[in-house]
Amino acid sequence: MSVNDAAAVLPAAEGGALPPLRVWLRFTTAASLWFAAAAVTTLWPDLDDWERTGAFASLLAAVGGLLLLAVPLLALLRPGGGRPGTALDRLNDSIPWLVVLAAGLTAWQILTAKLGILPRPFFAPPQALLEVYLDDWPRLLDCLAASLGLLVSGYAIGSAIGIVTGVAIGWSRTVGYWVHPVLRLIGPLPATAWLPIAFFAFPSSWSASVFLIALAAGVPATILTWSGVASVNSAYYDIARTLGASPRFLVLKVAVPAAMPHVFVGLFMGLGSAFAVLVVAEMLGVKSGIGWYLQWAQGWAAYGNMYAALLVMALVCSGLVTLLFRVRDRLLAWQKGMLKW
Amino acid sequence: MVAMELASTTPGAVGMTIDVQGVDHRFDLDGAPLPVLEGVDLRVEPGEMVALLGPSGCGKSTLLRLIAGLEPPSRGRILADGTPIRGPEPSRVVVFQDPTLYPWRTVRGNVALGLEAQGLLRTQGHRIDAALALVGLTGFANAYPHQLSGGMAQRAALARALVNDPRLLILDEPLGKLDSLTRLTMQSELVSLWQRAGFTGLLVTHDIEEALFMATRVIVFSPRPARVTADLPIDRPYPRHRGDPVLTELRHHILELLGLAETW
Ligand SMILES: Nc1ncnc2c1ncn2[C@@H]1O[C@H](COP(=O)(O)OP(=O)(O)O)[C@@H](O)[C@H]1O
Ligand SMILES: [Mg+2]
Repeated sequence: MSVNDAAAVLPAAEGGALPPLRVWLRFTTAASLWFAAAAVTTLWPDLDDWERTGAFASLLAAVGGLLLLAVPLLALLRPGGGRPGTALDRLNDSIPWLVVLAAGLTAWQILTAKLGILPRPFFAPPQALLEVYLDDWPRLLDCLAASLGLLVSGYAIGSAIGIVTGVAIGWSRTVGYWVHPVLRLIGPLPATAWLPIAFFAFPSSWSASVFLIALAAGVPATILTWSGVASVNSAYYDIARTLGASPRFLVLKVAVPAAMPHVFVGLFMGLGSAFAVLVVAEMLGVKSGIGWYLQWAQGWAAYGNMYAALLVMALVCSGLVTLLFRVRDRLLAWQKGMLKW
Repeated sequence: MVAMELASTTPGAVGMTIDVQGVDHRFDLDGAPLPVLEGVDLRVEPGEMVALLGPSGCGKSTLLRLIAGLEPPSRGRILADGTPIRGPEPSRVVVFQDPTLYPWRTVRGNVALGLEAQGLLRTQGHRIDAALALVGLTGFANAYPHQLSGGMAQRAALARALVNDPRLLILDEPLGKLDSLTRLTMQSELVSLWQRAGFTGLLVTHDIEEALFMATRVIVFSPRPARVTADLPIDRPYPRHRGDPVLTELRHHILELLGLAETW
């Protein structure tokens, strides 16, 4: 245990839990700000009538209510809940964010719906987003499913081919001889440059998009896997060979696991490129998906829909990145304590 | 236990004979040939523990790599029990100066490596626990290498070698990076291990006392390209005593051979 950990644990060990009064005060302050936001939303009349102003105010009030109830509820559910790392503690950590969020939503509300200071159609008030989620959710859900289907197909295919190719280049001189120049030539090219050819050459825009996403994800996966395999300590191979390892064992049980930290860097880079290609492909060719929804909303000047879709997209992308982090932490748990990350 | 299984067979059948015949070896260094071994002749009898001493960079590790079968010699041949060595084999295992444990495997996973590579894990898995017990790492089977001290990591590397019941154990400065107390302990442990198991041992070390404490024979090499300059039997019973006057005498003689007598 590091000195920091010890310092974090000590006060709790003395007092048993976080000082209840101070925590309560923090939560109450945050809650009152959310109630204030709700009050501003319903009591101050809108310039024009927004359909979901009432619903939005209720939502704000609900968050305030939950914050108010959080302390007694969580204390009831888990006695001794003040210790670091528990739900209450984590929530307590995000109180500053919740305060800023309430203030930001109130400002947004006032500048758009109440005073109309920001130019009208382009700056939609928050209740316009809520309206989209409440009324247009089936279409958004469809688009989300379509985007995820496309992304996961392309990313999985690209990453798998990339890792296999990377290992093959790192392992076999012949493969390296033939693949390396090709990789050098097309690697730096953004996958979107292939868009016109892909949409022409593939039977459907869907398959063309899968190809483009696979390409975007596959190139970094290939290069990083290759560099990972190339940088494996040669003593690892010597050890395995004297212990009777076959070439297959050397690849699968030595080269690949040793290269894993590099492989994950490639997978992260590939995921970022895959997002970019996904949106472009959906905007230009595929007639579904979040990218298409964005384009469609913009065409109808439905800016509320656009922001709503953008928010969904941000959440999904960040969720996928988090998921990949989880997978990495799981697979590379052995690195913990070896290096800082 | 592994050592017991080994000891149950007759010692003569366990230890391997190594016959190095007229071996030259050269590396290619920036296009120019770098001769490292020159006319090396060396015969190691079954069950011997032979220490190789020589100036740093003279070619000791290279000779060990050739005997392990990791590289073929440029010239000459090396026989194991009368048959030419064609490649590495689990009956001849190496323990390097760096433990080089696989960081992504636990201690158990590292020790299991040889059995796994040979497809013996299912039938011979019990040998892992025996090997871990032999080196005193029973409680650390599930630890990762970065959680071990230097001495423990080297013990794990030793267990990884011993689990294969080697007939030739090649030790390339295995204790070189350990603190002096751990060194002394592990020297005794290695000797008793070798005595119980009966394998043939080849030990490279830069520590003359270590060679005299452990080996039945000490081979002294010249500076690069390495040639054998002396072959000294150490005819003292085990367990040896570090203060033994005969060993002190031999130490002086070896220092002389290495051209370092005046420092003594
Ligand atoms: N793979 C290699 N390529 C080129 N030169 C090498 C290689 N391995 C070792 N050498 C050189 O061979 C000489 C002997 O090395 P080595 O056998 O490791 O010496 P030591 O006796 O210290 O173990 C050194 O000069 C070293 O630089
Ligand atoms: Mg060496």
